[in-house]
Amino acid sequence: MEFDHLLIRYGEIALKGKNQKKFLVRLQENIQHALKDYSAVKVKRTQGRMFVLLNGQDPEPIMERCQHIFGIHSFSLAIKVENDLNRIKEAALYALKNANHPNTFKVTVRRVNKGFPYRSQELLQELGAHLLMHTDNIKVDVHHPDVEVKVEIRAEGTYITSGLTFGLGGLPVRTGGKTLLLLSGGIDSPVAGFLAMKRGVEVEAVHFHSPPFTSERAKQKVIDLAEKLTYYGYPIKIHLVPFTKLQQKIYQEIPESYAITVMRRMMMRISEAICRNQDILSITTGESLGQVASQTMESMNTINEVTNYPILRPLIAMDKDDIIRISKQIDTYDISIRPFEDCCTIFVPKAPKTNPKRSKVNYFEDKFDFTDLLEETMQGIETIEAGTDKQEEAFRDLL
Amino acid sequence: MIYLDNSATTKPHPDVLKSYVQASEQFFANPSSIHQLGGQAERLLLRARQQAADILHVHEDEIIFTSGGTEGNNMAIMGVAMQHQRRGKHIITSEIEHPSVYDACKGLEQLGFEITALPVDANGQVSVEEVKKSIRNDTILISIMHVNNEIGSIQPIQEIAEIAATHPKLFFHVDAVQGLGKISLNLYHPGIDICTLSGHKIHGVRGTGMVYVARSTKLFPLLQGGGQEYGRRSGTENLAGSVSMVKALRLMMDREKTDLEHLRMLYQQLRTKLEQIDGVMINSPIDGAPHILNCSIPGLKPEVVIHALGKRDIYISTKSACSSKQSDISRVLAACGYSRERASSGLRISLSYDTTTEEITTFIEALKEVIQHLKEILE
Repeated sequence: MEFDHLLIRYGEIALKGKNQKKFLVRLQENIQHALKDYSAVKVKRTQGRMFVLLNGQDPEPIMERCQHIFGIHSFSLAIKVENDLNRIKEAALYALKNANHPNTFKVTVRRVNKGFPYRSQELLQELGAHLLMHTDNIKVDVHHPDVEVKVEIRAEGTYITSGLTFGLGGLPVRTGGKTLLLLSGGIDSPVAGFLAMKRGVEVEAVHFHSPPFTSERAKQKVIDLAEKLTYYGYPIKIHLVPFTKLQQKIYQEIPESYAITVMRRMMMRISEAICRNQDILSITTGESLGQVASQTMESMNTINEVTNYPILRPLIAMDKDDIIRISKQIDTYDISIRPFEDCCTIFVPKAPKTNPKRSKVNYFEDKFDFTDLLEETMQGIETIEAGTDKQEEAFRDLL
Repeated sequence: MIYLDNSATTKPHPDVLKSYVQASEQFFANPSSIHQLGGQAERLLLRARQQAADILHVHEDEIIFTSGGTEGNNMAIMGVAMQHQRRGKHIITSEIEHPSVYDACKGLEQLGFEITALPVDANGQVSVEEVKKSIRNDTILISIMHVNNEIGSIQPIQEIAEIAATHPKLFFHVDAVQGLGKISLNLYHPGIDICTLSGHKIHGVRGTGMVYVARSTKLFPLLQGGGQEYGRRSGTENLAGSVSMVKALRLMMDREKTDLEHLRMLYQQLRTKLEQIDGVMINSPIDGAPHILNCSIPGLKPEVVIHALGKRDIYISTKSACSSKQSDISRVLAACGYSRERASSGLRISLSYDTTTEEITTFIEALKEVIQHLKEILE
């Protein structure tokens, strides 16, 4: 006897109305995708439940994987047996014995299949007695048990579980449209991407780089960050924008204190253009109010002027500590702190404006026609896909 | 050939050698060079580090690539001693450590450090209670091995780590060279600060190894220079070596998952059959590691048995290869309380996941014949 199923519970999806099925089908596909390396494993849906059939697979890596899928509230290892009292007893004992060294337990029964000959109360007594008889030093505690042995009797069989692991919550990726994430290489933007994905959004990324001032390694850093995010969903397209020429022009034509503001506005213009080309409906940034000069209320007002696409700012109200905590949790922190120059750190003015004005920035921008340069920059965009790199495949073979 | 000296070194896995050659050919640039080729090499090194960290459940910047077990053990012991000597100069270790730990500690004695080398019981285990009692205010390091290289006894690392965790002023170093891939070890236990691993004991190539050093652990670097390996170990990175080590680690961990039961079964078979041979005394504890079996045949010089078996293309060893050319008596067996005669006639048979039942049978038959033959000559 062994745990042969993973019972998946989904939180928020359960609250959905008529379009619930759409979310469930997507969640099922996402789980299948995440577990594609385990060919024996099957994912199936029944009324109100989703199951991963382990088919002999070691459950540990699969559970680890399920902790990184949005839309899963929690999951438990389960044993499925026929609706037979002795088999149920045997399975309940196995489940209890394979829990994490409990001192106390309780049994709960859900009798979905009302045709089962024992009533819930009778079953509770039978099972409780059986478990007490066949274990040592484990007591019943109905209020605060270390382990809850759950028995669910359904038409197709009985499922017995004895543990619970929480998932990430949120909604399944690809149920909420697509956003374009401004991915700089810093700590914040990957976290913003992660949180957008948590609400079911699929992410494409845009990265502005300025070769030869920024190195291949800075670009690689961004690819590595995006790769981490692919773990929560699907391969991520990265639009690499060659920013050198435009950036140099900005620093020639715009007063130093406004250069960053204009640069950010150019990034927004280019991002919106990418969105239009790719049918993406919003832009996501890692901005957090007041963190740096370009993230003050005045700056946001000025920068936001150039686009009427919604800009999602999942980190807007978060403290840096909280952002760092999440970046460690999603394993991007170590990548983000690799010390390579990015396009924002290369031309830093001594005193950037913290309260730029729309009128002034428009006045400065009007003095030079950036149209051709913007067009040229757009033409030079290179699109790659994180999670499908050839070089990485070669590395994987070596390792 | 029947090779039963896997605790001395293992045969490199063909896939590991392939990785080594390919990495040497295709990624020969210096990972610290800032040009693109260097960048590629650096990325491969990073991937290797990440994979090792994933397998061992630690952070990538806690993996330091080294040249092997001896370097790792010295890095830990000397590194702690030099860095933290102002806190105290007392080090706790055991009497059955590998020479690269034991002699490193003995060396420190000459520099004014005080060493407590804990005794072991007849099963070759230190007592957790003894460890606890030996901790003093000026203790800066406990260095205890996981699996003993001569007799295969397993030390209570988890329990010692629990104790170490309650003494934030001292560091706990584990020499896990012999246990890797055979007996699992939770490196991420908060009590374990440093852990040494070696490549060539897990079918990797010679001159490869790694050390886990917890982020919060500061070590005085033995090798100063270009600041590679997070400043903990300077010297141009051995990219091919590191890549092949991580490959060996992955393959070994896979074998542990699938073949550990088989190995245990082989060990039991070997043990039972040895016990039945007249004059053979088993020195390994009953609950030891499933790949190291030490026995003595009092009255027969171990070298003679080894050479006689060698003539039949069967290879076993005396005590640890690292000290087998020195004195006759095994420090480890003596520490376990065995008589001089028994402690100087130890033979070590060490298995790998590739060992087969037939090989064990053939070895046993050969050993019986050799003993018979030698005894006839001696009589």
